[in-house]
Amino acid sequence: MKVAVLKGGKSLERGVSLRSGARVEDALKRLGHETLAVDAGADLVARLLADRPEVAFVAMHGRGGEDGTAQELLEILGIRFTGPGVAACALCMDKALAKHAMRAAGVPTPDWFAINRVALRELGAGEALVELEQRLGFPLVVKPSRGGSALGVRFAAGPSEVPSALVSAFSYDDRVLLERHVEGRELAVSVLGSEALPIVEAIPTGGDSYDFEARYEIGRTRFECPALLEEADATAVTEAALAAYKALECSGFSRVDLILGEDGPQVLEVNAIPGLTDTSLLPQAAEAAGLSFEQLVERILALSLETAAAT
Amino acid sequence: MRKPNRPGAAASIRHTSPMADTPTGHRRRAHTRTRDIERYAGLFAERTGVMRSSAMRDLMAITARPEVISLAGGLPDTSTFPPQTFAAQMTRIAQTSAAEALQYGPTEGFEETVDCILQVMGAEGMLPDPEDVIVTTGGQQAIDLVTKTLIDPGDVVVCEAPTYPGAVPVFCSYQAEVVQIECDEDGMRIDLLDETLAGLDSEGRRPKFVYSVPSFQNPAGVSMSIERRTRLVELARRREMLVVEDNPYGLLRFGGEPLPPLYQLDGGDFVIYVGTFSKILSPGIRLGWAVAPPPVMEKIVLGKQASDLCTSTLTQYFVREYFAEGNWRQYVESLCAIYRKRRDTMVEALAEHFPPEATWTDPEGGLFIWATLPDYIDTGDLLARALRDDVAFVPGQAAYVDGRGASSMRLNFSGVDEEEIREGVRRIGNVIREQVDLYATLTGEAVGASPGTPGREAEDVPAVDARSDSSASISDSPGTNPNDPSQGDVLPFRKAQ
Repeated sequence: MKVAVLKGGKSLERGVSLRSGARVEDALKRLGHETLAVDAGADLVARLLADRPEVAFVAMHGRGGEDGTAQELLEILGIRFTGPGVAACALCMDKALAKHAMRAAGVPTPDWFAINRVALRELGAGEALVELEQRLGFPLVVKPSRGGSALGVRFAAGPSEVPSALVSAFSYDDRVLLERHVEGRELAVSVLGSEALPIVEAIPTGGDSYDFEARYEIGRTRFECPALLEEADATAVTEAALAAYKALECSGFSRVDLILGEDGPQVLEVNAIPGLTDTSLLPQAAEAAGLSFEQLVERILALSLETAAAT
Repeated sequence: MRKPNRPGAAASIRHTSPMADTPTGHRRRAHTRTRDIERYAGLFAERTGVMRSSAMRDLMAITARPEVISLAGGLPDTSTFPPQTFAAQMTRIAQTSAAEALQYGPTEGFEETVDCILQVMGAEGMLPDPEDVIVTTGGQQAIDLVTKTLIDPGDVVVCEAPTYPGAVPVFCSYQAEVVQIECDEDGMRIDLLDETLAGLDSEGRRPKFVYSVPSFQNPAGVSMSIERRTRLVELARRREMLVVEDNPYGLLRFGGEPLPPLYQLDGGDFVIYVGTFSKILSPGIRLGWAVAPPPVMEKIVLGKQASDLCTSTLTQYFVREYFAEGNWRQYVESLCAIYRKRRDTMVEALAEHFPPEATWTDPEGGLFIWATLPDYIDTGDLLARALRDDVAFVPGQAAYVDGRGASSMRLNFSGVDEEEIREGVRRIGNVIREQVDLYATLTGEAVGASPGTPGREAEDVPAVDARSDSSASISDSPGTNPNDPSQGDVLPFRKAQ
């Protein structure tokens, strides 16, 4: 089959995407497919039109590739693609919208408020900060609504730390989330098709929080897969993850990030197109389920064809 | 680790067999599985734990996009080197000494290369014994070899704050403990160095060396005053401690009076000198050198032998030919003329586009300007925002080992033309203004404070005081303590103009 691998692009997660894409490309070749590697740029459409792949493997992260933009183009061009569709991507990418959708569907997610730049500039929303802080309590997590890989995510232990945390988060998006910090274990559940893969737990080795660097560097974070959990906890976590996946209309594959706190699992976000690098969590979970990387890639490809057939 | 990006691998259809041969016939290794990765991780040496790549590296990958105006590089401008000169020299080498130029050379380097080095050092008033010189693969290898020779795990290396970002990974890879001494507009604060050394004494610790870039420092652009140079050299002598003087930019002076290198002041007893052809000729030839007292040099040579046997013979021949023409100083002068204009342009643009809360250095040479913003702005996040407007710089944190520098940035003026400098600074200024306004909205502080208000600094006032009137004390990143003055007290430089 002729498969285009879409990677790179202009997003801040370009580097990660290039690693994901290269790895997928290798796997596709070993599976015997003809591959067309495309670093998504101004010539994306031209190249897809010229080479007419049967299916596109979207290995892009962040804006432009994980937010529905590339998917929309692929729909226009009539090229089937892997992973969630346009709506699901757009929803997952915007944490504020995703959290509304999850809450509406009864999926547990930490309390939050979103605040946007226009409200601050034109409606005096700064005045509402105190109110907001009182209702959420400290510590708070401040994060860009559309962002990935923990870029721009700050903890605020008290009110004095909120303004600079907001300035940081607004560097990445015009809408920022202030979320109640939930203490607990950091878990990720990858979903393939409609099945949950074994739960991965991320345990920072340096004692620092699970930041961008820890995510992509070998040896900085220890991963336990399957995570050592009580059966009841594992069930609750898996159920919450599947409910989130469904609430956000995901299909193909995605990864759900959760915290397992005292009050059970809380879904933080759903990554429409999770990383596929050497240190990424989805490939680890697949491996724990007995799927090699090639098998994982083949399955994702097959799912994209099923989805296309169903619509 | 595998490189994330394989240049040239992205843009072609590959008609491949299941064996995954690449078009050029290489066989790509089947990708590692998670378990393999863990197995490798189990084999890593302990020192790799401190060898870190960073999130910045990924952001920096984006700065390579052609549409990005990058003030992030440290590149000298090699575009004015005459191609015909290059061609003539390489042809001459091919015609007269092909066999030798393609052969191994002595570990210490060729005598002829050392003659060129003596000319370069002589231009700054230094007269080393040729026996004390070793030719290295760039100045970077000289730093590496000196560190390899002197540092055991846990040893203390003292350097400037901020320091050359490329030196930190070297010190870390030998598991040195890095202690940074504040700089101001006269370079490293020797009074603080003295205090720090006394403090280390009381713990029974003695630093092996002080690393300094005394002239047109990377990243701060400042130069150490003559008084401080003298004191540093005296201090080293009294304590029998070494100073590693890294001087890549000394000849790139385009204003003010020349300052004697530490090596000249000391005579080479306690100063190890690191030099390079990178900034006066070409970084691509990878030629640098170290000058050290004989007992130290003996070990450096052994270290070099183990590292790479010898420095590129071919490029040493090139330098020999180039210096034989006798025009190397004119070329350096021509570079200085170009860089002077670019610096002027950048300083002008900064005054026009950066907010009054910002400060920056006004270097008399070198390649860099260091700008410091209000402490509630994190320049790592600012870079992410700036990249959306296609402009890049180096966030200040890269120049510190302890998380400081988060509100500063390094701006390069040598690698881009004047129009791009103006446009780049304008774009950065806009995103800073956006953040300053946002912060003012959030805290209720007046926007666009007029000169004279606490928003605008007087000379020599630490940057941290720029907004000391704010009731809300802000820590700009987790783990920093807003009440610790040293944490925010980053480079209190004079504002230009």
